[in-house]
Amino acid sequence: MSDTKTAEPSTRGVRVSDATPSPRYSPKTARTTRLVVTIGLILVAALFIFLVTRAPMDDAKPTSLGFSLNSFFRWLGNLNPLVQIPLVILVFGVVVALILVLIEYAPRAGRVYFWLRLAACFVVPALAFMLLRPYQNAVIYVVAIALILGGLLFFADYRARDGAGYLFQLVVFTAPATILLLVGLIYPAIATIFQSFFDKTGDNFVALENYIWVFTNPEGFWSVINTLIWAIVAPLAATVIGLAYAVFVDKARGEKFLKVLIFMPFAISFVGAGIIWKFVYDFRQGQQIGLLNAIVTFFGGEPVSWLDAQPLINTFLLLAVFIWAQTGFAMVILSSAIKAVPVEQMEAAELDGTSAWQRFTNVTVPGIRSSLIVVLTTITIGALKVYDIVAVMTGGRANTTVLGFEMVNQQQRFQSYGHSAALAVVLFLFVLPLIIYNANQIRKQREIR
Amino acid sequence: MSAEMVVPQLDQRTARQLARDTAKGEKNAQKRLTSRGATIAAIIIGIVWTIPTFGLFVTSFRPGSDTQTSGWWTVFTDPSFTLENYFLALTSGGTSLTLAESFLNSLAITIPATVIPIAIASLVAYAFAWINFKGKNLLFVFVFALQIVPIQMALVPLLSLFSRGLTINGVGIFPGFELRDVDHSFATVWIAHAIFAMPLAIYLLHNFISEVPSEVIEAARVDGAGHGQIFFRIILPLATPAIASFAIFQFIWVWNDLLVATIFAPSTSLPLTQSLNSLSGTWGNQWFLQSAGTFISILVPLIVFFALQRFFVRGLMAGATKG
Repeated sequence: MSDTKTAEPSTRGVRVSDATPSPRYSPKTARTTRLVVTIGLILVAALFIFLVTRAPMDDAKPTSLGFSLNSFFRWLGNLNPLVQIPLVILVFGVVVALILVLIEYAPRAGRVYFWLRLAACFVVPALAFMLLRPYQNAVIYVVAIALILGGLLFFADYRARDGAGYLFQLVVFTAPATILLLVGLIYPAIATIFQSFFDKTGDNFVALENYIWVFTNPEGFWSVINTLIWAIVAPLAATVIGLAYAVFVDKARGEKFLKVLIFMPFAISFVGAGIIWKFVYDFRQGQQIGLLNAIVTFFGGEPVSWLDAQPLINTFLLLAVFIWAQTGFAMVILSSAIKAVPVEQMEAAELDGTSAWQRFTNVTVPGIRSSLIVVLTTITIGALKVYDIVAVMTGGRANTTVLGFEMVNQQQRFQSYGHSAALAVVLFLFVLPLIIYNANQIRKQREIR
Repeated sequence: MSAEMVVPQLDQRTARQLARDTAKGEKNAQKRLTSRGATIAAIIIGIVWTIPTFGLFVTSFRPGSDTQTSGWWTVFTDPSFTLENYFLALTSGGTSLTLAESFLNSLAITIPATVIPIAIASLVAYAFAWINFKGKNLLFVFVFALQIVPIQMALVPLLSLFSRGLTINGVGIFPGFELRDVDHSFATVWIAHAIFAMPLAIYLLHNFISEVPSEVIEAARVDGAGHGQIFFRIILPLATPAIASFAIFQFIWVWNDLLVATIFAPSTSLPLTQSLNSLSGTWGNQWFLQSAGTFISILVPLIVFFALQRFFVRGLMAGATKG
């Protein structure tokens, strides 16, 4: 996974203050390094293509060095769940400790550290691939690819501008997360975008047909409309109520207890929330056990089937559950942010004779601005992806469906992967403005520093 | 020499005076901020937010037949309570698991799935904050943007990778894990949760870690510490509040998750949420069992919250408030 970084070893833009330029570094050597790395990567690509174009072998067996990730997980899996917890954390801790030791010692100058780096570059990737038990027919290629990648990293690192070990430690720091993100998020995202242009089976290219379906089919259309409502109403309501509550109870007597009241719904799973709100929205003839209908009938009204009430009433009732749960999240974060606002600013404003509201808008809100953005963003993304509430409470009935639910629905019930993928891409597009706004905020924040 | 002796004393005295004044000012400000209207509003919000949960709490102590025929508020006029629901809920379950077994599963899923992503994310967060490399800002924004990938979309590719391995163009390269016949296998669930937590964890921890004063880091470097030591000896202790705050959220999210565990966990390793959900599914409306089960499931997140709550004061966003 380190290949993208080794590709441009000599172009470190900024140097840390304590790293002197390597004596081995000059524009000419940089060119040579780049050339060697490029050739190495081409070699890796060639090996890979050669590997996957060979005739498939049906009876190939996995090979390993006697132990593998699989055998470890199997051994672990046969233990008691409670024993597994400390064991896996211990093993993981050892791996992290090894990473830290490598990072600490590898960049130092000297013969021993040179050999340490060299050994790490060749052993770690090969070992990592072998832990995954490559098939017999692939093992030579896989190990060769690992060794070449390791060698390239060592070479590029040795000749890097910031001195040997600089690139190495960067790769070691980021490798675990990079692998997780590539496998679990980037690859699925790219696969989804491709899939959205193909039909149900995934074999025939259908251009924009799936997208047309999203906006014309009632399920697709309602999921888009409802998701927009969720994404706009939920974060605003949860944040405003959470912020108001955080301000109201700040420094009040029994603050901790008052906070737990609001935080509690956040600690309840959506499955639990679904059960809780059944006792609010329940509808039946005769004696009511749902709170809402009990109130309605108490005032002489007819009981209402709340979760079937259209248009949009049922969507808002589901939204209420989500807001009820997320307000605690907003309140907890904003409350700690409010406590971080310097007291001096508050006092200064007070001396100027401002009202409580003025102090709130002119001192508190600017002081917690970045926390507000984080809370709004997190809740919005949560609202856009919502699945559990809809699944547990209505199952998408009566036009309550949302993109996050419809996606799984199309996949599991109709095996319609094209539609599902198109819904996901529409969801991407909805989140995009939010991400761009946040990205700008992050950039501004980093420029200040 | 004598002047030097006096100055700190003076400083101390003024400092004490200042502290007293500050405390007084704070008290005044507090008085005026918590006006009567605000208190009433807070109480109303508190009550509205608690009523649904309270209703379930009452239901969980009512005899099962009562819950089907009358509202929970009738206990105030016609009280009848029982603890049977809790015993029944713990010993029965929706599928092959009892609620008590799946409670252990939930613990075994959640604790590693909280520790692992935080450790990995803090490594990257440190690299983003304190190691310079080209394209750092762009890469950071990209990682942040990965939050938009809906979990639902990543499930299917990831599941096939875990169970069938990597096969390209018909040529098998890696086989998947063979964990279906194992007693309690949580490995794939841990990995899946670690992946999905990564973007937000990196972003939030980076916010905090990057606010550590650069003088501290420089001083450590001058003393000959490498990045490994700086990370372990300086950054980790300083970032404890942020890590604890994020740990609370990650713990709650994983503990309450239904989707990821349903898809990745083998049937003997399913968590509490799944058993809770199927409690009603198999036997129709056994709401009283579910209500007892819900309260059992709330206990652990609340304990975690109370245990780590003090970190919130300097918590997650303390670093981010400057921007």
